[in-house]
Amino acid sequence: MNDMSKYVSSVVKSIPPSGIRKFFDLVSQTEGVISLGVGEPDFVTPWHIIEECFYSLERGYTMYTSNAGLPELREEIAAYQKRKIGVEYSPANEVLVTIGVSEAVDLALRVLLEPGDEVLVPEPCFVSYAPGAVLAYGKPVSVPTYDQDEYRLKPEILERYITPRSKVLVLAYPNNPTGGIMEAGDLQALVDIIKKHDLIVISDEIYCELTYEGKHASIASFPGMRDRTLVMNGFSKAYAMTGWRIGYVCGNKDFISAMHKVHQYTIMCAPIMSQKAAIEALRNGETEMLKMVADYNNRRKIILKGLSEIGLDCFEPKGAFYCFPSIKISGMGSEEFCEKLLMEEQVAVIPGNAFGSVGEGFVRCCYAASISNLENAIEKMGNFLRRHRVA
Amino acid sequence: MDLEKKILTLIENDAKMSIKTIATILDMEESRVAEILAKLEKDKVILGYSTIIDWDKIGVDGVTAMIDVKLTPEREVGFNRTAERICRFPEVRCVYLMSGTYDLSVIVEGKTMKDVAWFVSHKLSTLDQVQSTVTHFVLKRYKEDNFVFEEPQQDKRLVVSP
Repeated sequence: MNDMSKYVSSVVKSIPPSGIRKFFDLVSQTEGVISLGVGEPDFVTPWHIIEECFYSLERGYTMYTSNAGLPELREEIAAYQKRKIGVEYSPANEVLVTIGVSEAVDLALRVLLEPGDEVLVPEPCFVSYAPGAVLAYGKPVSVPTYDQDEYRLKPEILERYITPRSKVLVLAYPNNPTGGIMEAGDLQALVDIIKKHDLIVISDEIYCELTYEGKHASIASFPGMRDRTLVMNGFSKAYAMTGWRIGYVCGNKDFISAMHKVHQYTIMCAPIMSQKAAIEALRNGETEMLKMVADYNNRRKIILKGLSEIGLDCFEPKGAFYCFPSIKISGMGSEEFCEKLLMEEQVAVIPGNAFGSVGEGFVRCCYAASISNLENAIEKMGNFLRRHRVA
Repeated sequence: MDLEKKILTLIENDAKMSIKTIATILDMEESRVAEILAKLEKDKVILGYSTIIDWDKIGVDGVTAMIDVKLTPEREVGFNRTAERICRFPEVRCVYLMSGTYDLSVIVEGKTMKDVAWFVSHKLSTLDQVQSTVTHFVLKRYKEDNFVFEEPQQDKRLVVSP
């Protein structure tokens, strides 16, 4: 077979393969794994949402929708954002329905960046912001956050990484992989810096409903921030709808119309059946969603207590469904720890450095798993640490 | 009271949840959880702990029937005395007073159809207050007490995802 890789663009080649991918191959070859390595709910989508999708298909809703998404869905989204973060968006031209938050992030970076513009990415964070910036010919700049700060982005640290080329700041709270949140006071401390340096904020709020203590706040709700913030959200986490690939972005109409342009040529529109399901989720999904959130909170308490009993230090995550303990006492690096834990105890957790180099020395444990699986995993991790503890 | 409700909600669908787990979730001492559980049992708020079993799966045959019963109510006690009498039969699993065209719904379990038929003809329909019975045999159980039989419950998620 010919080596065709020379035809692949240098930009794409410059992106390193995902650290999670490598680990995925390893886990897939192992039998009987208890996986705390997933990034999605363990619930199936609530039945009333699935059923509404069936009904829409039966009635023949199988066609394109307007590029921006069904008007009813955009109206429900605008109403939801008003309730949730207290910011008003016009359903007509300030809401765009996308293929998950992932597409929204990609669109925003493509629309905002000139070649060489810098994107400030607080890490550890979800894996796609930095590659997204590279693909849009921008330059990702990692901004570290630390466990002693409960992974909040601190203004004095942010300022150190700002240059004249800084254009976009990513804020993703509640955070994957740490479970950290930023409350109103924490965000307030960033507002002046954002304005002073004329930054645009990509606010990925996909985990906002999964806030167990404190109250979710959006940077868009602060005076003067609405127009310089793109609020992104979706249905994957709160409504257990990851496979439906449905999300949205709200923001100033100039940004939304630019994103709309890219979206119409690349995606056309989000699938109509997912849009129909999303309408049902926003109209009638709250009760089941809150039940799932209560269940995650129960499990959060179990895993936190378990981790502390086996000697792994972990700050208390107040959002999402992850915790991010330090593995310092094992004396191992993140990847070595995860590989050995998988081989010896068949428990899968994700190396923290997959979410940025500042995550080295930590692992991500997802607690969207049954209580018995969590308890078994903790017991096995405890056995592992008894053998490997150095400190 | 609030704590009692929280504990009951946790064990409603998982009677085997350990005291330690309950204590962790509710941020309480284990001894306090044990105390509350003991009190709930003593007060008969918790009547017992049963197991939902798919007997078919291990080849144990059985028959369940739902019987609609029409009763003649009695002065002062209404349907209660007869209902309580029916409850005493060991083959009776559930007894409900119903609105609508009949009065009691009685769920009966037996080893064979003959067992159930014998119970209805000899024990139930011969009670003085029983005017009539209609017996429906259960053909297949799909869901019971929140649990779905034959549900493909394995986790379909990728083992690792970002």
